[in-house]
Amino acid sequence: MFEWLKQPWPWYVAGPLIGLMVPVLLLIGNKSFGISSSLRHICAACLPAKIPFFQYDWKKEAWNLFFVTGVLIGGYIAVALLSNQAPIEVSPKLQQELAGYGISNYKNIVPAELFNWSTLLSLKGFIMMVAGGFLVGFGTRYAGGCTSGHSIMGLSMLQLSSLVATVCFMAGGFIVANFLLPLILKL
Amino acid sequence: MKTNQTKQEKDHHKFLTENTDFEVRSLDAVCLNESELKHPWWYNFKYAFAGILFGVLLVKAEVISWFRIQEMFRLQSFHMYGVIGSAVAVGMMSVWIIKKNKIKTIYGEPIEFVTKKLNKGNIIGGLLFGFGWAITGACPGPLFAQIGTGATVTIITLLSAIAGTWFYGYFREKLPH
Repeated sequence: MFEWLKQPWPWYVAGPLIGLMVPVLLLIGNKSFGISSSLRHICAACLPAKIPFFQYDWKKEAWNLFFVTGVLIGGYIAVALLSNQAPIEVSPKLQQELAGYGISNYKNIVPAELFNWSTLLSLKGFIMMVAGGFLVGFGTRYAGGCTSGHSIMGLSMLQLSSLVATVCFMAGGFIVANFLLPLILKL
Repeated sequence: MKTNQTKQEKDHHKFLTENTDFEVRSLDAVCLNESELKHPWWYNFKYAFAGILFGVLLVKAEVISWFRIQEMFRLQSFHMYGVIGSAVAVGMMSVWIIKKNKIKTIYGEPIEFVTKKLNKGNIIGGLLFGFGWAITGACPGPLFAQIGTGATVTIITLLSAIAGTWFYGYFREKLPH
């Protein structure tokens, strides 16, 4: 059993369990599942700077900060206790493409060649971590939610705005992954 | 008892729909202050526990992997679609069951769902987030989980995402919605 837990979990096990986060959060405290608002609460708590968007009682939303702290701890537990250290298996086509950019290390959850402290100061690293992160924070708040808030919680509630947002997340990702990212990886 | 409950439900509905704060905040998919209950702060540890479970799931399903995200956007694997699709299916069924049976929280509060208006931000912001998702291989949840897995440099990506959120707040009035 424990050995089985250490393998990557198939989608039909992990997906439904992720979906159960929706009723669990509703039932234990009337909370809407969503992660990206935590970034807003951090702004409201640390640097509100008299911006109206950050003028609210963030302490009432502290549950969300507890939740994301839990996510971070969960990430640690999964790797420290529940991992079999096997490299991530991806499609051979992707392996072939990435090999062309010098990416061949599949041991970590992110490619070690791209995401590390020394590449941070290169143009490629700067675009991928700093600019990419900025787009994630700016875009999710502008869209009013992220993959959890819109694509899982919003779609579960059959909201049109969440469907539109999800289609745009995917469209944006398709464009960049297929056309722009190859140019960035060549840098 | 019955009249009492309906009054509570009415008050909660009033709180959700007439609160002027919600008019501004209605652009956010995640509505704020849903629960009116005042609990001691340490009640929040239950959410930390839920977060731990979610973090483990994200890692074990490999949905926080940059590689898996690339596969998804290149249509090279069904994995991500299976995870998100089945999560949404379970979420939909849960919401439907909660609505149909008027299930309350463990504290007896009614659960209400508020529809958010469609706005231009869903499209423009959605595309911008999509760009960032494909580059970093992470949405906000995975950013936290990736740091936990030992990819410490993701702290920079997270700080940058917080900066992005701050700039959105700063320019919010000037942006089309």
